[in-house]
Amino acid sequence: MSFEIVSSGFQHRQRTGTPLSQALKTGIVFGVLSLYLALVGVYLTFDKSWVVVNVLSMGRTLLFVVPLLAGVQFARLNRSQSRAVQLGGTLLVGLIVGGFTACLLPVILFGNLRVMFVALSSPLAKMLALGLTPVLGAAVLVAGSAAAALFGALLTVMSPTVRRPITVGLAALAVVALLQEVLQLILRGGGAAFSFITRGLFQYGGLTVRGAIIVFVAAALVSIVVARLRAPFKARFAELPPGAARFLRQAGIVILLAAIIFFPLIGGSFVAQVFLLVGLYALMGMGLNVEVGLAGLLDLGFVAYFAIGAYTIALLTADSPHALASMSFWAALPIAVLVSVAFGFLFGIPVLGIRGDYLAVATLGIGEIVRVLVLSDVAQPLLGGAQGILNIPSPAIGSFELATPTSLYFLTVCCLALATYFAFRVQDSRLGRTWMAMRDDEDVAQALGINLVKTKLLAYSIGAAFAGVAGAIFAVMLKSIFPHSFQLLISINILALIIVGGLGSLGGVIVGALVLIGLPELLREFGEYRFLLYGAVIVAMMRLKPEGLWPARIRRRETADA
Amino acid sequence: MPDALLRTVNMTKRFGGLVAIDSLDLDVLPGTIHSVIGPNGAGKTTVFNCIMAFLAPDKGEIWFDGERIDGLTPDRVAASGISRTYQNLRLFRNVSAIENILVGMHLHLRTSWWSAVLSTRANREEEREAHREAERLLHFVGLRGRGDVLARNLSYGDQRRLEIARALATRARLIMLDEPAAGMNPRESRELMVFIRNLRDERGLTVLLIEHHMQLVMNISDRITVLDHGQKIAEGLPDEVKNDPVVVEAYLGTRKRHPAEHA
Ligand SMILES: Nc1ncnc2c1ncn2[C@@H]1O[C@H](COP(=O)(O)OP(=O)(O)OP(=O)(O)O)[C@@H](O)[C@H]1O
Ligand SMILES: [Mg+2]
Repeated sequence: MSFEIVSSGFQHRQRTGTPLSQALKTGIVFGVLSLYLALVGVYLTFDKSWVVVNVLSMGRTLLFVVPLLAGVQFARLNRSQSRAVQLGGTLLVGLIVGGFTACLLPVILFGNLRVMFVALSSPLAKMLALGLTPVLGAAVLVAGSAAAALFGALLTVMSPTVRRPITVGLAALAVVALLQEVLQLILRGGGAAFSFITRGLFQYGGLTVRGAIIVFVAAALVSIVVARLRAPFKARFAELPPGAARFLRQAGIVILLAAIIFFPLIGGSFVAQVFLLVGLYALMGMGLNVEVGLAGLLDLGFVAYFAIGAYTIALLTADSPHALASMSFWAALPIAVLVSVAFGFLFGIPVLGIRGDYLAVATLGIGEIVRVLVLSDVAQPLLGGAQGILNIPSPAIGSFELATPTSLYFLTVCCLALATYFAFRVQDSRLGRTWMAMRDDEDVAQALGINLVKTKLLAYSIGAAFAGVAGAIFAVMLKSIFPHSFQLLISINILALIIVGGLGSLGGVIVGALVLIGLPELLREFGEYRFLLYGAVIVAMMRLKPEGLWPARIRRRETADA
Repeated sequence: MPDALLRTVNMTKRFGGLVAIDSLDLDVLPGTIHSVIGPNGAGKTTVFNCIMAFLAPDKGEIWFDGERIDGLTPDRVAASGISRTYQNLRLFRNVSAIENILVGMHLHLRTSWWSAVLSTRANREEEREAHREAERLLHFVGLRGRGDVLARNLSYGDQRRLEIARALATRARLIMLDEPAAGMNPRESRELMVFIRNLRDERGLTVLLIEHHMQLVMNISDRITVLDHGQKIAEGLPDEVKNDPVVVEAYLGTRKRHPAEHA
């Protein structure tokens, strides 16, 4: 089956070679990475935002983070070498990475490759030269890279008690810098109580020098304290009776969950909007997880059910010439779910006999058919064509309209909770076992009396139901819907998030949605490079944690046994 | 003579030019252990595949308990009361032993998926009873206490036992075992022999057995059918078959071609 790749994971190859060849290899790999980041415009884009306002831009930081990571990598591979070899190798690695990057300077200044690479502009040259003359800048860049590599290697070989506070401090600095816009928004929303924090750390556009130092030191201190308290705390925890330990752990999870759920209340409407989107994707993820994770049916046309839910709500509630009725949202919601289920069932029929990779292609086709049909002239009088359907009213409870992102977010959370409970119950039921059997070996499952048609159509229908709910909320969120909102990309996003979260795991769906949908929204800078991030995260995941961030029970057992 | 529980009439299966089963008439009487033997490639597994509807025979009929079953889907065949194991183990490898058995019990669990969502009393009771029965089956095949082990982490012999337990879980009346002793050591095969006898004598099951292990076959079979190149070349009681010159010839003939055969 096609996602065997996902579950089997990649083996880490045994690395061999002399320190010299490793230094060359590491240098070249990270040098090429640096070139790549420059060519696709990452450096330049990130040069516009600050780690520390007017002192250090993110682009420049990244310029030296790459050789730093190269240094870490080289030091990791050569832990057992002598200090001299480590030092020399690391310097070489840093020089190579810096050299690769610096090579871009003459290319930009004397060549003209802008036809191919838009990013190769004079602003990039200025940035790479660190605001100095090209020659001096290149020299500083190369030397700086070597220094960064050395720092990385040093971090790697030093004792953990020293390393941890430094890395934690730097990581905190990175997180605060990346999230500064949202953090400032949240802190402002918090009123006077927080305003002194805001003023103490930030100015418009990012951290102040003082703020950066405070964040670094505070995080480092916290890490030191935590490290101190950790061992005694663990010992105490181990002494607790198992019941109490379990209770504490569950209480922890509940508190964490509550914190996540209610976070948008203090975060303001931007954060609520982001969380609303995360919730909608998680809801769809729950649905796709039923199909792909539990039943093993790869579906790339999943967005179709999302669209069907949205269009049903629009047709039944909108104040528009296309509307078929003017129901309330609450009356239309069950109908939207039923219509999605009906289509899940319907679209399941033609692909019943298709297995494995072919299923991906067939479902892909179905998703596209739906989109093209909605756009077509035939459906135009009914569905409004490219102009879509406008004026979809917000749901109301009594006289209270769920019009704000926050209120819609809580509606989504309720639906998501229901969906999660539903999926949780079903996966351990007879139906869940049937899906699991079908996923493992369709023929054997059938020979044990399992009706494959019924089982598959149930999976498609239930999956579609969740997507239909998400679509319904999506429609009232936008208040108008257009065919172009339902691109193939959404199906791929959902598939990506359930894989990153952990195929077949309910918690994984939510974690995956937070990481792959929430983070890119919060990190505005990543907007353009969202799919670069996606690709990077997925490749990294497959290498480092193929079972997902929150592995399904079974997969966890698999990897534990392996 | 009682009516056959399973009967194939003139069953033929071709793969391109190869005739894997050639007009086979097979009568399996209820409450017997009926073995199908024959050299490698004789078509034994193909007989199972045709009965279980994994393959559609090109010609002929298959009857089970007075009903025509060829043309049904495998799940319907299973529902009619037939269950099988596989020559090359096909467990649900990534789930626990007990879950494998629970899947096998699918056919006689009744409560619907929405009663599981609502966690109704009927559903909870059925699940509890199902788990108890699964434990009993584990015990019966000698895997007591190993229910939580992932199927693929069981030893080879245990995996074979688990596959039989899963087949029994369907409460089929006819169990078809495809080389259950393959890869077992002599002690394990002896235990298996007793076990298969128990299936017949204590559970009243009918067993259709493919096995290369001659001693085992001769010891427990009520009746033996010998296939060679898809054709039935002999049939009868163990002693009759053992001394049949055609059978000896077929086996000796292939022994030269397959020196590794462990007859
Ligand atoms: N699905 C198939 N497609 C094509 N040929 C097949 C198929 N299944 C079996 N065969 C061929 O049919 C013949 C009979 O195969 P079968 O597996 O039934 O033999 P067998 O008696 O079970 O042998 P063994 O003792 O080795 O298990 C063989 O020549 C085999 O190659
Ligand atoms: Mg065979």
